[in-house]
Amino acid sequence: MKKNESLRELLYQLADDNFIHAFRGSEWLGLVPHIEEDVAYSSISQDTMGHAYMFYQLLEDLGEGNLDQIAHGRKPEQFRNAIILEEKNGPGSYLEKPDYDWAFTVVRNLLYSHFKTIQLESLKQSSYEPLSIVSRKIQSEQYYHLMHWETWFTQLMLSTEVARTKMEDAIKRIWKDLGGLISLGNYGDEISANQYIDSEQKLETRFLESIEKVFKKVEFTIDENPGMLRGNGRNGEHTEDLKQAIETLSEVYLSDLEAASW
Amino acid sequence: MVNVASFENLTEQEKYAHFMERINKGEKIEAEDWMPDDYRMNLIKLISMHGISEIMGALPEKEWVPKAPTLHRKLAIMAKVQDEMGHGQLLLRVAEDLMKPLGKNREDIMQDLFTKRLKFHNVFHMPAPTWADAAIIAWLVDGAAILTQTMLLKTSYGPYGRALKRICQEESFHAKHGESLVLALASGTTYQKKMLQEALNRWWESLLVFFGPKSAKVVGHSKVDINIKYKIRSKTNEELRQEFLTKYVPKIKKLGLIIPDETLRFDEEKGEWVYQEPDWKKFKEITKGNGPMTDNRLALRRESYENTKWVREALTHVKDKKILVG
Repeated sequence: MKKNESLRELLYQLADDNFIHAFRGSEWLGLVPHIEEDVAYSSISQDTMGHAYMFYQLLEDLGEGNLDQIAHGRKPEQFRNAIILEEKNGPGSYLEKPDYDWAFTVVRNLLYSHFKTIQLESLKQSSYEPLSIVSRKIQSEQYYHLMHWETWFTQLMLSTEVARTKMEDAIKRIWKDLGGLISLGNYGDEISANQYIDSEQKLETRFLESIEKVFKKVEFTIDENPGMLRGNGRNGEHTEDLKQAIETLSEVYLSDLEAASW
Repeated sequence: MVNVASFENLTEQEKYAHFMERINKGEKIEAEDWMPDDYRMNLIKLISMHGISEIMGALPEKEWVPKAPTLHRKLAIMAKVQDEMGHGQLLLRVAEDLMKPLGKNREDIMQDLFTKRLKFHNVFHMPAPTWADAAIIAWLVDGAAILTQTMLLKTSYGPYGRALKRICQEESFHAKHGESLVLALASGTTYQKKMLQEALNRWWESLLVFFGPKSAKVVGHSKVDINIKYKIRSKTNEELRQEFLTKYVPKIKKLGLIIPDETLRFDEEKGEWVYQEPDWKKFKEITKGNGPMTDNRLALRRESYENTKWVREALTHVKDKKILVG
């Protein structure tokens, strides 16, 4: 095994999660329910893209190559993000006939923000100091993201019947793939043995405890544990939706490989 | 200042004279102050168009947000488009206050946009097919907007002036962002340079048209005169266009770009730029809502607005029931 391989794997997971999640957020620009939300959500996506930047920077520092090449120059199977984060916001594209699903987006953001909060809390104690420093920086912004999505979640869960149904459907759907977000993949044991982050089991228990409290407030329960219906993105398993994401994100970067700067 | 009770007793003519006296003294008018109907109506038209243009203006740039070529550029353009949305929100709030006495609100603004009653700026009806278009928009369209908005800073309507102050501060960052994008392309590969030149060719006429016609005669209507009388604005369209040419023609040439107008020159005697008149007929069609991208961008807005109707209904329900959250 290459030196630090498990550390690199973890950093790719973190960087790619943030990168792809920020991308799906940026596709919503101009299409959200009202203008105030456009201002707020685009700020959150911008923060999240900034978090991806910091994690890619750590990979560059470890000698993985230029951070833009890492972000834009890899094939889908080299990505380590969770499958649930790559899923499209809905049918259509952000340029034409977007039939995007706000309930799905609110729930995905809520669950991701919750998990990310727990992840960061653990990363603060990481044995790899640069990672622990970056995580502290990110945590201060993450607090507001979590608050934002909890407000949306609670409001929509406690309003009309239409909204409640849409939200419950979204939770059940996302839950089937949510395990892929919590997973640390094939290198999980080494990652936690090296104390880069706590074990998958610990993270999952904390996550379920924390999300249960939120669900309780809106009188919702779910029995089964988060699943991995479509495979584990941490091991390079992905869907067609990731391909579309990467093609869009890399379109200009790859259009002129001679370009020294953009 | 006239005291409130005695002001109420004045005739409409006297109120108008008092209002004009304030305007001519350079005083700022506030939302609650008495104002003649045509002042209010002109402000509503100007500010709601300005606000909705910021929001519709995010759409051509939004196309390039996820595609921005590097992480650094992605972050910068995300920040820029977010600012534009913020400007839109700020301006619509100002317009909403003015519309309140007429019993109108945000929903009316959105519906007027969808039915093309409310216009958005002619530049945002145009296509932006390459990354270089995003660069030209950020550098020159924003550059043009800064000139117009700086002129409006001294506007007689206080709330508009204050919103513009914040907007202008942020816009100057956008112009720097645009300049940086353009510089990278202009000093790049043959492919990048070509992309930039083509984008300039596409945008040049729109940039001239940006400031509007020289006089009402050209398109048959204009609110410039009345806006100057009420000191809502202080310069004519042509004065702004001349300022734009003086500021940007040398910069564009310095980058090695060719301006697609062979007749463009500075007439030393007259002290002004001579340029090829844009096609004002085309301009008139665009302002009527028949530009190349008008329907596409309006459809994007309209369809997503309809798709998320259930969300707004749910939020109204929350407000009505005063459900405690958090």
